[in-house]
Amino acid sequence: MNGVRPPKGTPLTRRTARWLDSRVGAAGFARKALDKVFPDHWSFLIGEIALWSFVIVLLTGTWLTFFFEPSVEEVVYQGSYAPLRGVHVTRAYASTLDISFDIRAGLVMRQMHHWAALVFVASSVVHLCRVFFTGAFRRPRELNWVVGVVMLILSIVNGFAGYSLVDDQLSGTGLRIAYNIAISIPLAGTWLASLFFGGAFPGPDIIGRLYVIHILIIPALLIGAVAVHLFLLVTARHTQFPGPGRTERNVVGERVWPTYLAKGMGMFFLTAAILAVLAGLAQINPIWLYGPYRPADVSAASQPDWYMGWLDGALRLMPSWEIRAFGFEIPNPFFPSVLLPGVTFTLLTLWPWLEARITGDRDEHHLLDRPRDRPLRTAFGVATLTFYTVLFFAGASDVLAITFNTSVNFLFNAFRVLLFTLTPITGWIAYRLCKELTLRDQPGTSDAAAPVAPPSPGTGEAHQREIAPDEEALAEGTDEPARR
Amino acid sequence: MTTERSERPVIAAFVVAILAALALTVTYTVGGQPQLEGIFLGLALGGIGVGAVVWAQRFMPDEEVAEERPVLASNEEQIAAFTTSFEKGGHSLGRRSLLVKLGLGAVASLALAAVFPIRSLGPRPGRGLKETPYRAGGLRLVTEHGAPIRPRDLRAGTLLTVFPAGAIRDAQAPTLLLRLDEEAQEAFRPRKGREGWTVDGIVAFSKLCTHTGCPVGLYQEELKLLLCPCHQSTFDVLQAAEPVFGPAARPLPQLPLGLDSVGFLIATGDFSDPVGGGFWDRGRGPDRTDGEPDDEAEEEA
Repeated sequence: MNGVRPPKGTPLTRRTARWLDSRVGAAGFARKALDKVFPDHWSFLIGEIALWSFVIVLLTGTWLTFFFEPSVEEVVYQGSYAPLRGVHVTRAYASTLDISFDIRAGLVMRQMHHWAALVFVASSVVHLCRVFFTGAFRRPRELNWVVGVVMLILSIVNGFAGYSLVDDQLSGTGLRIAYNIAISIPLAGTWLASLFFGGAFPGPDIIGRLYVIHILIIPALLIGAVAVHLFLLVTARHTQFPGPGRTERNVVGERVWPTYLAKGMGMFFLTAAILAVLAGLAQINPIWLYGPYRPADVSAASQPDWYMGWLDGALRLMPSWEIRAFGFEIPNPFFPSVLLPGVTFTLLTLWPWLEARITGDRDEHHLLDRPRDRPLRTAFGVATLTFYTVLFFAGASDVLAITFNTSVNFLFNAFRVLLFTLTPITGWIAYRLCKELTLRDQPGTSDAAAPVAPPSPGTGEAHQREIAPDEEALAEGTDEPARR
Repeated sequence: MTTERSERPVIAAFVVAILAALALTVTYTVGGQPQLEGIFLGLALGGIGVGAVVWAQRFMPDEEVAEERPVLASNEEQIAAFTTSFEKGGHSLGRRSLLVKLGLGAVASLALAAVFPIRSLGPRPGRGLKETPYRAGGLRLVTEHGAPIRPRDLRAGTLLTVFPAGAIRDAQAPTLLLRLDEEAQEAFRPRKGREGWTVDGIVAFSKLCTHTGCPVGLYQEELKLLLCPCHQSTFDVLQAAEPVFGPAARPLPQLPLGLDSVGFLIATGDFSDPVGGGFWDRGRGPDRTDGEPDDEAEEEA
């Protein structure tokens, strides 16, 4: 094989491929990759959007590092934004102003970076919901679930680190809250805060350290986690919704080459296109309006990025309780901002095993559930989402109070009541809805014993035609999600 | 060059992408304009995206194929082969168990030693959390521009943010200075032992919320309420800044006021309590200048 030379006249691409293959021997692997089959369903695109927006975050972020200066050294701003000219600001803030006003295409890049980060976390959360409600986390995919949860935590932390770098009034306020949350941790808190900030708040080192975390440590971890996530996905093959010809033993869909690859690339460009238009037209984080950070100042209606909203809401709704004894105390912020996220992400990580313990189902699953097939899981998921959604809105209680011209006091109490009533109510509604939909799937007849799973949204138009006419009439009246 | 009708959307999309990319270049070259850059970049990317997707949908094979799912677990034979290989190599380790233990011990010791440089990241936490520059005693209160303040400079009902002279940038020291009107002076209930901490109806509190340390920047004059914009903790000035709403559990620390020989406001000592959010050993601080220790209430969460 070593000596085989392609005959004269072979096109350059082939010769290159030959050259490469004779050194790494990739033809077998590459052929398998081209022939790989991916099932098609609209909900499988959400994770793809997360992946592509992550790529955009990396590209735009890399560009920004060429201009941003992570330094708290004080300078007098001399750039082209007139209202701040002559003001003493840190290099971090001044260089962000320069990116926004004086570096060509800088503002679009900065805003695209921020929008892509928001979309990245958002699509990650929606992707997580898809995986949860369809039971895609079950054996053998528990590990990939854990990798996914770790990525979510990393991306939330990195989002916060990112917008805290700029040293504007809003980010400084956020860092001060973070510092106070850190010191609220019993025993270790004050040490942790002092080591991390390099001393008492604001600390001389925090911006530089956040920068290394933001552009090196967490991105490296995320890239590694994405690689593992995709590797595990390919190893076990993608899950699929049940349908004719689809079993636990096969995977039915399109081959990677060329259709799936073309669509995937198309998705990348479409995601990037939407982010570019947002970057150009939808202003985000206008730090020149917030001004440089001054520890004694604060602006009203300070709001964090959306994925921090639930934590902000929890901080607000927590009653003014603290535990004090013998001169020691557990301060109030510990409960909503250390304990709550700790419990949240622990339970989220362990969910595949918790559910397996409850249901006793430890079998391999490659066919997905429809949410209605598992009413209890769906109800639990909906209730949990409600809980965090109420917290999210509570995080904007002051803005809502102004918008709806009502008092913050009223809203606080309303949100506290909603938190503990809406959560079980929505869970119960979801449960009833699942039961109702299942009933409508099988009208009258008792062919529930049939081995074929109920028709799913994933089976496409053609298969839907197989439903009996009277059943279709019934289904028309329901508020089922639109089918592809 | 002939085109099929069904090809036209793809052609159009790619042409749009090419034109938009050109327009983007022109926009950049003539000086840049954020909105146009966003639109042209979006069109260039979107053209390629639409083109690729439509192309895939119309002209690429969309046959459904079934692929066998591989069995993930290894078969018994493979496991047995692995076990054999592993044990064959491991056998030689077992005969040198002392070396194995020492080797592991050496690596573990090094790992432990490598933890210590974490200490270099920052100083021991301590006095910084519990003290402010006011501790020196007798410091003038100054505005953000460094100007000292006479009681008569403050109108009744107004709020001023002040700092210890010489430490205007100190993040722990921002102070709220308030002159109460006569009615409010009547209603003001100082804490036990702090009756003499006001001057001329002027009272001073830490500006940092006792919840998460945000500056308590809003004042409702008619209700005499101080409000933190971060999480809406509310403090009643007339009750010596007791929290009356929101998550904050402790009053704003009070600053003892006095006058120096030329009639400027000074702080006679440090705040009544550590400022800002709580921490584990907050109650075990250095002795305070005056007033009651503040842990009388043992609330249960």
